[in-house]
Amino acid sequence: MSDAAGSVAVVPESDILVRARGLTKRFGDFTAVDGIDFELRRGEAFGFLGPNGAGKSSTMRMLGCVSPPSGGELTILGMDPVTRGPAIRARLGVVPQEDTLDVELTVRENLLIYGRYFGLPRQVIRERIERLLDFVQLSDRAADHVEPLSGGLKRRLTIARSLINEPDILLLDEPTTGLDPQARHVVWDRLFRLKQQGVTLILTTHYMDEAEQLCDRLVVMDHGKIAAEGSPRELIGTYSTPEVLELRFDPSTHEQAAEKLAAVPAERMEVLADRILLYITDGDDALVSVHDLGLDPVTSLVRRSTLEDVFLRLTGRRLED
Amino acid sequence: MVVVTQPRSPWPVVMAWREFRMWLTDYRRTWKGSIYSSLFNPLLYLSAMGLGLGTLVDKHGTGHLGGVSYLMFLAPGLLAAQAMQTGIGECTYPVLGSVKWNRTYQAAAASPLRPGDIFHGHQLFVAMRLLMNCGMFLAVMAVFGAARSPAVILAVPAAVLTGLAFAAPIEAWAITQNKDSGFSVVFRFVLVPLFLFSGTFFPVTQLPAWIRPVAYITPLWHGVALCRSISLGTLTAGDAFLHAGYLLAITVAGLLAGQRTYRRRLHA
Repeated sequence: MSDAAGSVAVVPESDILVRARGLTKRFGDFTAVDGIDFELRRGEAFGFLGPNGAGKSSTMRMLGCVSPPSGGELTILGMDPVTRGPAIRARLGVVPQEDTLDVELTVRENLLIYGRYFGLPRQVIRERIERLLDFVQLSDRAADHVEPLSGGLKRRLTIARSLINEPDILLLDEPTTGLDPQARHVVWDRLFRLKQQGVTLILTTHYMDEAEQLCDRLVVMDHGKIAAEGSPRELIGTYSTPEVLELRFDPSTHEQAAEKLAAVPAERMEVLADRILLYITDGDDALVSVHDLGLDPVTSLVRRSTLEDVFLRLTGRRLED
Repeated sequence: MVVVTQPRSPWPVVMAWREFRMWLTDYRRTWKGSIYSSLFNPLLYLSAMGLGLGTLVDKHGTGHLGGVSYLMFLAPGLLAAQAMQTGIGECTYPVLGSVKWNRTYQAAAASPLRPGDIFHGHQLFVAMRLLMNCGMFLAVMAVFGAARSPAVILAVPAAVLTGLAFAAPIEAWAITQNKDSGFSVVFRFVLVPLFLFSGTFFPVTQLPAWIRPVAYITPLWHGVALCRSISLGTLTAGDAFLHAGYLLAITVAGLLAGQRTYRRRLHA
């Protein structure tokens, strides 16, 4: 083994499930995805983080082989999505952003129809339906119609449906958008279990907590481009400081305070409408300096950096805007 | 890069069959109601127009109708016309519903099915609905004594073909729509005028000479002529070839066009 190879984590070719080079998607004059590069490895959870309109969903649709790329290269499971779409889709699971369930049918019928789409034998479908309903904790609703189910239950059914073909890659486009906090946690819990079972996940999200909890590796997208790539820890290490001091002042003194704070030796300062963020190594030290300047914030909070701070740094705006 | 040997994708007809099964599962909830209207419509039309109006018409002589009673003249025409109605009806709102409101088409498109399979699967279902409706229409015709020879059963496939000649192109267009407002235009300016002026209720020769060519190019006129001549036993080989060929050509054109429009909509 050569020394050069020893220092880098080399991913065996056979473990790369998706490879994109200069991947581009245009709709008329509008470029939704602007030449992005990434690789997806077997067994990892890979995230696309970005605000609405960043190109996440367009990327997901190309990965789902329902949207031909306008340029660049894309290989999924060793195949070209343009010519081998049906064969690739046979091995993907898709949880779309908006539910696409047949609301007039029952929970069980939705899974049955989907199993048939993949050409699975009736016995196999029946057996998987029981297992999947159990997995998403919907067994007692199997005979219920889908229409009246809550958003959280519908999401869980959609996840069960996406697993009917035991996919090699599971694509989740904003899996918890629009769910209440409790329902989100149930979905996260199920996705985490899938990850533990070794299912390869690709997800898009504009929630940092979701990305931090679920993703081994992620890319930050903005305006159709990849702004940064790495694990959540790496991104925070590269693009932010260990700690953040959040200060809130009386609105009338907010601007004045911001001017004075320039004297604090922070790596970076971010003035938001409602608070001021100081990016520093030691937050408590910085707070002492703030008081030494004669400033008296209404509230102050020292916290660790999060992906939101990374995002703010990279794109100049908050994620959920 | 991982390379996986994949079995060849199944034949398109196998894929379309899977989508057909989806529509069939959906239909299981509503089939009873649809049967009532499939029987009720011919019952109402044949009694009101065929018997009621027909008594008056028959008193004035039926020379213009080819010497048969008005009921005998009307019934096969109505068979073709209701096939058109079924064909258009099944390919408008249900299609927009699947792509826009329920988005079940997007669910199917994420599976191995191709857009063309999804389209053809629905056309198979429409063909089944046409077969059911036309079969029931024929049964009602028989009850009214408007089906004389056993050969009249051949009017059923003729009517199904008439329905498909509307269903395929209309569905190819319907998938491009984002609102249902275009559908009422189709009902008002295509369905109703054709229903009234394509020879269903009176021979097209009763129309002013200048407008007759318009009637002759409509698919419904060919469908009515085909069903009527089968029913009355006056079909010639040349006419059969002309009418069926025309309807078939429009159906095939619609099936091909829909493959493109479905792809544009579902694989954008």
